[in-house]
Amino acid sequence: MNFRMIRNILGWLLLFECGFMLVPAITAIVYGESQLWYFLLTMLLCGGIGGFFAWKKPKDSALYAREGFVIVALSWIVLSLFGALPFFLSGSIPNYVDALFETVSGFTTTGASILTAVEPLPKCILMWRSFTHWVGGMGVLVFVMAFVPLSGGQNMHIMKAESPGPSVSKLVPRVRTTALILYSIYLALTFIQFILLLCGGMSVFEALTTAFGTAGTGGFGVLNDSMASYSPYIQIVVTVFMLLFSVNFSCYYLILLGRFKDAFNTEFRRFVYVVGIAILVITLNVRGTFATLGEALRHVAFTVASLISTTGFATADFNAWPELSRTLLVLIMFIGACAGSTGGGLKISRLMILLRGAANELGNLAHPRRVKRVTIDGHPVEPEVIRSVNVYMMWYVLVFVGSVILISFDDHDLVTNFTAVTATINNIGPGLNLVGPTGNFAFFSLPSKLVLIFDMLAGRLELFPMLVLFAPGTWKK
Amino acid sequence: MNIMIVGCGKVGQTLAEQLNGEGNNITVVDTRANVVSDLTARLDIMGYVGNGATHTVQQEAGIDKTDLLIAVTGSDELNLLCCLIAKRAGRDCLTIARVKNPAYSSEADYLKDELGLAMVINPEHAAAAEIARVLRFPSAIKIDTFAGGRVELLKYKVPEGSRLTGMAVKDVVAKLGCDVLVCTVERGDEAYIADGNFVFEEKDIISVVASPKNAADFFRTIGYKTRAVKDVMVVGGGETAQYLCRILHRAGVSVKIIEKKSEVCDELCIKFPDVNVICGDASDQALLMEEGINRASAFVALTGIDEENIFLSLFAKSMGHPKVVTKINRIAFNDVIKHLDLDSTIYPKNITADIIARYVRAMKNSMGSSMETLYNIIQGKVEATEYTVKAGSPVTGIQLMKLNKKRDVLVAAIIRKDKVIIPRGSDMILAGDRVVVVSRAKMMDDIADMLA
Repeated sequence: MNFRMIRNILGWLLLFECGFMLVPAITAIVYGESQLWYFLLTMLLCGGIGGFFAWKKPKDSALYAREGFVIVALSWIVLSLFGALPFFLSGSIPNYVDALFETVSGFTTTGASILTAVEPLPKCILMWRSFTHWVGGMGVLVFVMAFVPLSGGQNMHIMKAESPGPSVSKLVPRVRTTALILYSIYLALTFIQFILLLCGGMSVFEALTTAFGTAGTGGFGVLNDSMASYSPYIQIVVTVFMLLFSVNFSCYYLILLGRFKDAFNTEFRRFVYVVGIAILVITLNVRGTFATLGEALRHVAFTVASLISTTGFATADFNAWPELSRTLLVLIMFIGACAGSTGGGLKISRLMILLRGAANELGNLAHPRRVKRVTIDGHPVEPEVIRSVNVYMMWYVLVFVGSVILISFDDHDLVTNFTAVTATINNIGPGLNLVGPTGNFAFFSLPSKLVLIFDMLAGRLELFPMLVLFAPGTWKK
Repeated sequence: MNIMIVGCGKVGQTLAEQLNGEGNNITVVDTRANVVSDLTARLDIMGYVGNGATHTVQQEAGIDKTDLLIAVTGSDELNLLCCLIAKRAGRDCLTIARVKNPAYSSEADYLKDELGLAMVINPEHAAAAEIARVLRFPSAIKIDTFAGGRVELLKYKVPEGSRLTGMAVKDVVAKLGCDVLVCTVERGDEAYIADGNFVFEEKDIISVVASPKNAADFFRTIGYKTRAVKDVMVVGGGETAQYLCRILHRAGVSVKIIEKKSEVCDELCIKFPDVNVICGDASDQALLMEEGINRASAFVALTGIDEENIFLSLFAKSMGHPKVVTKINRIAFNDVIKHLDLDSTIYPKNITADIIARYVRAMKNSMGSSMETLYNIIQGKVEATEYTVKAGSPVTGIQLMKLNKKRDVLVAAIIRKDKVIIPRGSDMILAGDRVVVVSRAKMMDDIADMLA
């Protein structure tokens, strides 16, 4: 294990976090808020420690798969530990574990909150809360890699460990250029949404925080009722962008290159089908609770987009909808967005591989000597990918069940526990019952909160980096 | 520059590594998925699995944005087909094909012109040429030539009790009276670009630049017998051996080849009637003794198995005092091999990579002075490059000692018309000169890069 190199990269990460905090610091200056000092203090701390570790590049810069996983996992933990300081120091969230929960929820783009009311909080704190979504959405190490030449070819191990989806492919030969392209697309889409929200009459502050929350598919709002009190125009804009941000970003790159056929691949089309069918069925199911069909459609489309993109904004209390709708909504929480997007969940492409693999194996029962490969878009899926997807599913279930059992000690009802874990491990935010769109996570005990913090990190990093931390072989010399 | 490499064998991987290290965007294509995924995990490059000679795969791998396609699969025909298709599909895509079959390679120029290739490379032939050079001048471990052979760069290991030990670099000319320039010194795992105060030690590997005649004088002065090899024992009758036979035959050297397969033996004795072909297994010591390994003045191991080559060479060294040349294709333990008691080791993949890297760098600086040759004289650490200097270059007309050069840059030779100048501080570079520069690896694209 190359500890020097890990330290060096963590140092760079803290330097970047120091830079990220400029955003809330500037907000504090604009609104003349005294919390500025807590941000400056944290920046000083990040800058000092980060600078110390990043100062000298170790001679041996070799990184292997093992280091890649550990770097990603530790980075996110360190990022969250320092990111929580402003919340805690300023007294906005008096308990450090609560502050950590909120920060992890932010960086992992979950959007689950322990705050009962957000409106009284200072603007700079709210800005930091939303900005963590934007930073975490595309992956913070990808961001670091876009600007700092870390090490030779082994950057791919980091990108693989941080990017969502069953297999990661670069857009162009160099990891750095790939990271720059992805961030440019991300930035451009965020900016377009920001402008559209401004046109809808939002203030600059609201438009920025909402755009950050949507782009990262996070879901922290700045109003207590999330998106419910905004105009239909704004709700529609947010609906569209939630869906846009849950599409694989390489689609946009291919569209820019004019390769439309490659861009609208099977995963994209399946995503569209799933969204379409879910909206149709749920709209018919909840038709009666709304005044007009148009209104029903708007709220359902918003909710479906919000949950499948794993954002977690809400315009209506879907906890009060009929059981069929509630069940379908929980189902799409698991499905999640496309691979290579900022969304969470199991990912469409992973499910496609799982289902096709399962169908294949079933066929093999009847024809034991049949040879058939799982293909996606005409390309055969490598057996290692299928295996890793199966293993992923296995661990997903294990972590899920384990977490539900652990938080059951708090003695809340099963739906609450089940959907609390669903909402955190899939990085969504709200669940059902007590953790529904009108509720929050404040009532959980301290150990349960730690379990959910782990779930959020594990879900965002797609399990393996977090699990590798606990594998005994990882730390052996 | 965007470069596509078709074929991820030994040569393809070496090329990908070297060209990627020089800042090019590399895409590799191979039919073997595991090879591609291993290589893309190791290097920051893009990989595609598929047949690189098909239009679809080339399209998918982005041939329309590729500046240079290098086809180095194991099959000559496939390589040529790759280049043909890329030529049609790509926008002004230059192509380089590896052609190793002697039947095609004798028509290399015809192929190049008719098929519109930028270059045809033949690693086996290049390796054979290098082997022939060290056989002609066995005191040196390695000989690289510049300006069509008018300047040579020779590597030499300082033996125990040599006159050179304890001598400083600046005294070489005065004390020995030879017009040579010491360029680099390798000591242990370190490589130095020599400055005047450097003092030689035993077992240093030094490289000197000189004209061929002065080089011979130098070696005679330091007490080294320099007689060209008269008879060679070669093990393995593959393509490299055949090229070597042809070159050595022209130089009047008698050759004995030991080859296992009788079909290959038949083919060899038809092609080279003067060569003594022995059909047998060279790993059999009795056979080697019978054929007089202890009396041969040179021994060249060219089998397809690196380990066998190394062992055969060590055995030959232990039996007598021949000049031993070892071909190493695949294995990458350079540091270990360096410490073995071998004379000259030949890496065909590195020779090829040097040739192509030279071409790529020359392509990058289409203006300014053009790079003629590139050698990695110490693999990955020190390289020698040769340029034709054009009028108006910032290095011309200034005495070398007044030139504001970077550290670790040495002007090793100036070739003006037919005259070779081993430059001293008062010499200057003029337009039209050919100049050999020794520098740290990957520093130089243009001769102006040597200025600070």
